[in-house]
Amino acid sequence: MKARLKFSKAGSMRFIGHLDVMRYFQKAFRRAGIAVSYSQGFSPHQLMSFASPLGIGLSSDAEYLDVVLEDEKQAEDFLLRINQVMNEEIAVKDFTILEEEAKSSMAVLAACDYLIAVKKGRESFLTGQEKRETALRRFAARDSVEIVKKTKRSEKLVDIRENIYLLTDRREALEEFTRISYGALSLDLAEYTPVLYCQLTAGSVVNIKPELVLEALCFQEGEEYNGFSYQIHRLEMYGDRTAKKGEVHTLFGEAPCFLVPLSEFGRREEVQK
Amino acid sequence: MRKLALSDEILLSIEKPARYIGGEINMVKKEPSEVEIRFCMCFPDVYEIGMSHLGIQILYDMFNCRRDTYCERVYSPWVDLDGILRKQNIPLFALESQQPVKDFDFLGITLQYEMCYTNVLQVLDLSQIPLKAADRTKEHPFVIGGGPCAYNPEPLADFFDIFYIGEGETVYNELLDIYKEWKKEDGSRNDFLKRAAQIEGMYVPQFYHVSYHEDGTIQDFSPTVKEAPKKVLKQVERDMSETYYPEKPLVPYIKVTQDRVVLEIQRGCIRGCRFCQAGMLYRPIRPRSLEFLKQRAESMLKATGHDEISLSSLSSSDYRELPELVYWLIENFQEKGVNISLPSLRIDAFALDVMSKIQDIRKSSLTFAPEAGSQRMRNVINKGLTEEVILKGAKDAFLGGWNRVKLYFMLGLPGETKEDIAQIAVLSDKIAREYYEVPKEQRNGRVNIVTSTSIFVPKPFTPFQWAPMVSKEEAQERRFFLLDQIKAQLNAKSIKYNCHDADVSELEGVFARGDRRLCDVILQAYQSGCIYDAWSEHFQYGKWVQAFSDHQLTMDFYIKRERGEEEIFPWDFIDIGVSKEFLLKEYHQAKKEQVTPNCRAGCAGCGAAKFGCGVCMEAREGGMEA
Repeated sequence: MKARLKFSKAGSMRFIGHLDVMRYFQKAFRRAGIAVSYSQGFSPHQLMSFASPLGIGLSSDAEYLDVVLEDEKQAEDFLLRINQVMNEEIAVKDFTILEEEAKSSMAVLAACDYLIAVKKGRESFLTGQEKRETALRRFAARDSVEIVKKTKRSEKLVDIRENIYLLTDRREALEEFTRISYGALSLDLAEYTPVLYCQLTAGSVVNIKPELVLEALCFQEGEEYNGFSYQIHRLEMYGDRTAKKGEVHTLFGEAPCFLVPLSEFGRREEVQK
Repeated sequence: MRKLALSDEILLSIEKPARYIGGEINMVKKEPSEVEIRFCMCFPDVYEIGMSHLGIQILYDMFNCRRDTYCERVYSPWVDLDGILRKQNIPLFALESQQPVKDFDFLGITLQYEMCYTNVLQVLDLSQIPLKAADRTKEHPFVIGGGPCAYNPEPLADFFDIFYIGEGETVYNELLDIYKEWKKEDGSRNDFLKRAAQIEGMYVPQFYHVSYHEDGTIQDFSPTVKEAPKKVLKQVERDMSETYYPEKPLVPYIKVTQDRVVLEIQRGCIRGCRFCQAGMLYRPIRPRSLEFLKQRAESMLKATGHDEISLSSLSSSDYRELPELVYWLIENFQEKGVNISLPSLRIDAFALDVMSKIQDIRKSSLTFAPEAGSQRMRNVINKGLTEEVILKGAKDAFLGGWNRVKLYFMLGLPGETKEDIAQIAVLSDKIAREYYEVPKEQRNGRVNIVTSTSIFVPKPFTPFQWAPMVSKEEAQERRFFLLDQIKAQLNAKSIKYNCHDADVSELEGVFARGDRRLCDVILQAYQSGCIYDAWSEHFQYGKWVQAFSDHQLTMDFYIKRERGEEEIFPWDFIDIGVSKEFLLKEYHQAKKEQVTPNCRAGCAGCGAAKFGCGVCMEAREGGMEA
């Protein structure tokens, strides 16, 4: 039975890499006594996949993990059982059951929401309301946002303007735009000052890192960009209900794009006992 | 939210930040201000190595059972963070509370191998604790050493307040209790050490004086205060099934060397191999009960979520209920995807049956440790493995579908001849020939044999403690000779030869049987930049050579001589139960190529029976009693 977990990752868990989070969940399922299906062969591994790896140092309230459970019984009291064996800084927030033919979260991923905050004790021009608003106004008026994309072989200029669906300094503006309420965040607001909210294209074909947008904004204002000053926090991930495999439809492009949070692809009702 | 000692900026600019954040699953959380004793346990190597060590997990669990004590952990920072801590003057911190180690009451350092000695100084230095015990004040923690290298603690004598000789499960509680009393009385540092010295097994090096003959050997080694005993008795946990053993071991986030549940099925060994220090130190063999092991296996797998369990002991085949335990594990856990690993297993019908059930035959390999190539030399070292048994085991395995074999040997064993070395190549080839005896349709491709040699290092408390060690030039010659011999074999193409670094072995040999004059050499080497000596990419041989010559000492003195039978050794003040007379008798037996039966076949009267436990109390097949 396919299922999807949504979890948060905060605090010191920001320093645990993607592969280690995978190992963490493998062991957590065993501790919770949740039977996950294994691949065949002599070195079997649990069938699970992540929507999108979160870089070291970033935090999140919306990481997604798809997993194949042995049977329907495993879904009973799932959230209770799994959260009993979690550490303080990773919490499973949602659990949905997917249709057998459902595509993986990695395959449908199309966009992500992020919060960008300034760490306490660090300086950034973005903490000043006036400077921030001016910067955002200028940014919104731009026809193109060119960034240097580095690959192993070359560097090239890419315009990411159409991949930035929204960039604002107000949480309500993003919530209105996405029609989602993010609720209480796992980010400790005593340690960080939120300055920006954004929605960006994500997925295996085009994936825009929020750092790039931030860097472009700093560059536009002639400000130095220091990555250590900011905390980037993922707020939500979306799949595109309309795009076929390998296609990227941007939100304001010609092809239709219908973004739905990854947690809304399955059903949440209680499994019959 | 846990507060971390290191800033995000530091954590994001070093390799594997997860080494320094703690917070692992099953980490013990206590409020530091609410306990009376803060104990920091240290393994002086990188996190991934240190976290794989069972002993610390046992002691961590034991200390934290005490409500008045909070035991935390620290490991050697890797070289990247080492540089940052020095530059920014950040004191080394414990993983649990992320607070400085220097504010603890105790810093316990486990000494598992000689090449970690400069890392001991690194940990003290980064913690901002004076390196020499004599320079510490009441503001500093008491630094305690333990583990196998504490059985010759002398090369580190200046750096430790106390060495704990023996198994940790026994007298730590006593030590902590007197510490609490002492703290209330507000006595001097020396007062506490004098009281500690009176606890069995505790060695306080500053209460002993050593004088030397002109030739550099020891003239006299004796206590300078009445509280310090002349002989320090090794501490032994007598009942292995009624003692501390963690039910909820720590589960690291990053992949560590030993990423599995470790179940110590017994402690000690009956075999009496004459090169093996562990075999003598941990006498007598003490098995844990089957019920205890089943219960712990179950609870540890449940509490960790590990997908592998490894049975640990010096010689698993000597655990009498091994088949019952292993089949029970297979039956109960294999379906749940738990792998079972069985190192140090003698290859026989049982082993092959188990291995065929738990491993992929095509991928796994057979391991034999004949240690020496010729039967003559195996008699010298008292390794009771015969060629016949090896070839039979290999043949049965080949018939069962295996085609990979790993062989472990030592070079430089006492009295080794060219013929003994050549026999390593011959034995490797015979195993390959055995493979081609198997009908072609039953074979699984070509046979693949990996022959490895390490350099024999004589260790204290073994029959070879009197023996010279080969120099690194000799070791090199012997390796080339062996390589030529292997190349000359019929199946040379199927045999791969691996060998161990001779520079490191030489220094290991020096420290193993060194005295306290080496403290200054180690200090200088550390101050000139040596750390992580066990890691070949960081080992700086030249700096060590310089440190020896600056202190008018030679490595040769410690490794090249055959020691006299009357010589006082730096470790003679320790009583491990096994007597020096017995070891000397064994050394003579070795020279005569005579074997000594194992503990279960017949008691050889080694002296360990004084502990009144384990095999010494078992009814013997031979009917002999100690």
